Amino acid sequence: MCKDCAQSGKYWDCFEEILEGYSGDKSQLIPLLQKLQDAYGYLPEDIIERLSQRTGIFVSQIMGVATFYSQFRLEPVGENIVKICFGTACHVIGAENIADAICRELGIELGGTTEDRLFTVESVACLGCCSLAPVITINEETHGRLTPDTARAAIRDFKARKAVAV
Amino acid sequence: MKKIIIGLGSCGIAAGGLKVKEALQNLAAEADSGIQVSETGCMGMCYAEPMVEILEDGHRTIYGGVDEKRAKEIFQNHALGGKPVADAVALDSDGGGSEQGFLAQQERIVLERCGAIDPESIDDALAMDAYAGLEKALKTMTAEQVVDEVLRAGVKGRGGAGFPTGQKWKFAAGYAAESKYIICNADEGDPGAFMDRSILEGDPHSVIEGMIIGGYAIGAAHGYIYARAEYPIAIRRLKIAIEAAEARGFLGKNILGSGFDFKLVIKEGAGAFVCGEETALIESIEGNRGMPRIRPPFPAERGLFDKPSNINNVETLANIGWILRKGADAFSAYGTEESNGTKVFALAGKVTRGGLVEIPIGMTISEVVNEIGGGTKDNKALKAVQMGGPSGGCIPANMMDTVIDYAPLAATGAIMGSGGMIVMDEDNCMVDIARYFLQFTQSESCGKCTFCKIGTKRMLETLERITQGKGEEGDVEKLETLSHQIKTNALCGLGQTAPNPVLTTIRYFRNEYDAHIRDKKCPTKQCKALISFNIVSDKCVGCTVCAKKCPVDAVSGKAKEVHAIDQGKCTKCGICKSMCKFDAVDIS
Repeated sequence: MCKDCAQSGKYWDCFEEILEGYSGDKSQLIPLLQKLQDAYGYLPEDIIERLSQRTGIFVSQIMGVATFYSQFRLEPVGENIVKICFGTACHVIGAENIADAICRELGIELGGTTEDRLFTVESVACLGCCSLAPVITINEETHGRLTPDTARAAIRDFKARKAVAV
Repeated sequence: MKKIIIGLGSCGIAAGGLKVKEALQNLAAEADSGIQVSETGCMGMCYAEPMVEILEDGHRTIYGGVDEKRAKEIFQNHALGGKPVADAVALDSDGGGSEQGFLAQQERIVLERCGAIDPESIDDALAMDAYAGLEKALKTMTAEQVVDEVLRAGVKGRGGAGFPTGQKWKFAAGYAAESKYIICNADEGDPGAFMDRSILEGDPHSVIEGMIIGGYAIGAAHGYIYARAEYPIAIRRLKIAIEAAEARGFLGKNILGSGFDFKLVIKEGAGAFVCGEETALIESIEGNRGMPRIRPPFPAERGLFDKPSNINNVETLANIGWILRKGADAFSAYGTEESNGTKVFALAGKVTRGGLVEIPIGMTISEVVNEIGGGTKDNKALKAVQMGGPSGGCIPANMMDTVIDYAPLAATGAIMGSGGMIVMDEDNCMVDIARYFLQFTQSESCGKCTFCKIGTKRMLETLERITQGKGEEGDVEKLETLSHQIKTNALCGLGQTAPNPVLTTIRYFRNEYDAHIRDKKCPTKQCKALISFNIVSDKCVGCTVCAKKCPVDAVSGKAKEVHAIDQGKCTKCGICKSMCKFDAVDIS
């Protein structure tokens, strides 16, 4: 919803909107962080500080939770997220080679973001599409039965479609 | 009246099912035929996705591997013309089709409605008896009678531990409290397992029904479904199903006029394997780091928000409605003397027909892998079957007659587990598999107890050294010692079972460890530090394909001349070998 707000001087509006219904129930911390990350793309420091002030949960506790779960990010990410599945089925059919091919194609390490901020490449434990292994997702799109070559092609094709859309 | 149904579980979507659906919708609209196009969840045959079904007067014809072109053919010939496209039929109601072998030995209790209903339509589910078990329980049975029925059915926890569900309910029912909770563990974290995802995507009502019945049985008015955030389709369909169930009076106040109230909430996990452990899951719902608690007290006494709580896995709960509807005796007709019912497996890896398989407990591994799964791909030799994911083990090819039941599987060093069944062939390095699982458990260890935190780290380091050719004599023994210490002393199931993949591979594939350590060789040529790619000069015709495809320009050579690989540049990705039509790339 408000990656745009961040740029348009309404940086805190989404924060306020998300916290509006907060009732003081501290078990809501994880859903709150999920919503904030959805809005801001990651969990910026100033957001975490204000969340602490608002909820009374210590920054150390919030950071404890934010660093425990793999879903939360403390750094900004690229516009598009490539997830490479490292589940068992994908591993035995060659996930590592897929990751190599994609990282080389984008010129970054696994977990990194391209300089133009177009792509972030992440590894995930399992996407649950094991029968189509090896699998990656680019944003919401799933690509299965890949080889290093078709994985590279999927990235190129995605880029080309993006370029046309712009 | 004809209906076209497209399988749109995650696998179906990943294989291109949405495009097929769109194409069929357009065709149906153009033809103005009045043919309805709808969707269903996972049909189980992931290997044949995308799948399209033509339903006419109760007669089903299911097509596999459908692309847009095939869809057009099926629409024109079958949907409009009434003549099935014979060579593409995977299954039909008359027992025809090329894929009957996949279903012939399966029994469907949990997956009864998966792939047969539109998961977003409660009417579809109701037409196939959803909530009939709930109605029977609420209207004709006391809470104790429900617990007894589940006890008598003998269903055991399908999440992996295999604890009798009825017992668990009895404990939770036995504690009096003003509020209690029933929790569904849908944090399916085993890499290589997708049973729970498919159930939630294909028939969310079965899980909701199981939870309401469980709530009634133990006296809980609140339920939580703790679902993995990586499963967006499952979560979306669950939300739709909960709303529909509320609207029909299966959830909320005074359910079916019984006076029983039950409220159900979805909690999205945030990515932590350890949250599959029940006390860690509770911590996570409470908004904390998902670290396991010391037990006792067990959750049945003091669980979520310190109230009596009962936690069951998705598949366990999906059995409950069926058991109440058909009775414990019908359920115990399936299975073995020790374990009743069925078990769902996610069959994947180097197998011809990978997918979701539900079998009566008591079949052998061979029957599942070879008869249902069609054996290994590409005629490679079967090497092992991994069961139970990071908590399980690798069962070697010569033990494929092992019966699928909790005790016989535990005797092999593996476990029944939640249902991951990964087939491995002669190309898979078992030391690498052990390293892979340890890397997973090590990175997922929550850090609370020392044996798991440091023990798995030391084990991983040792395994990494071995796969890099830096192994030393005595490493295997060190791994065994550490394994036993971790198993005995770790706080929760994650640590207690983490060494299993290592112990089973040592037990059955010791020769592979020795080859890595003594000869510095990987017998299957998988461990990159121990292999090199080379051009076979008398086979290379200089077609230049490998040189063009090499991502690091490590291959050089002129057209029609023998090529060469620069070992300094080569990253051993294997693209050259996979691209070479002349079998001129060799691994040594």
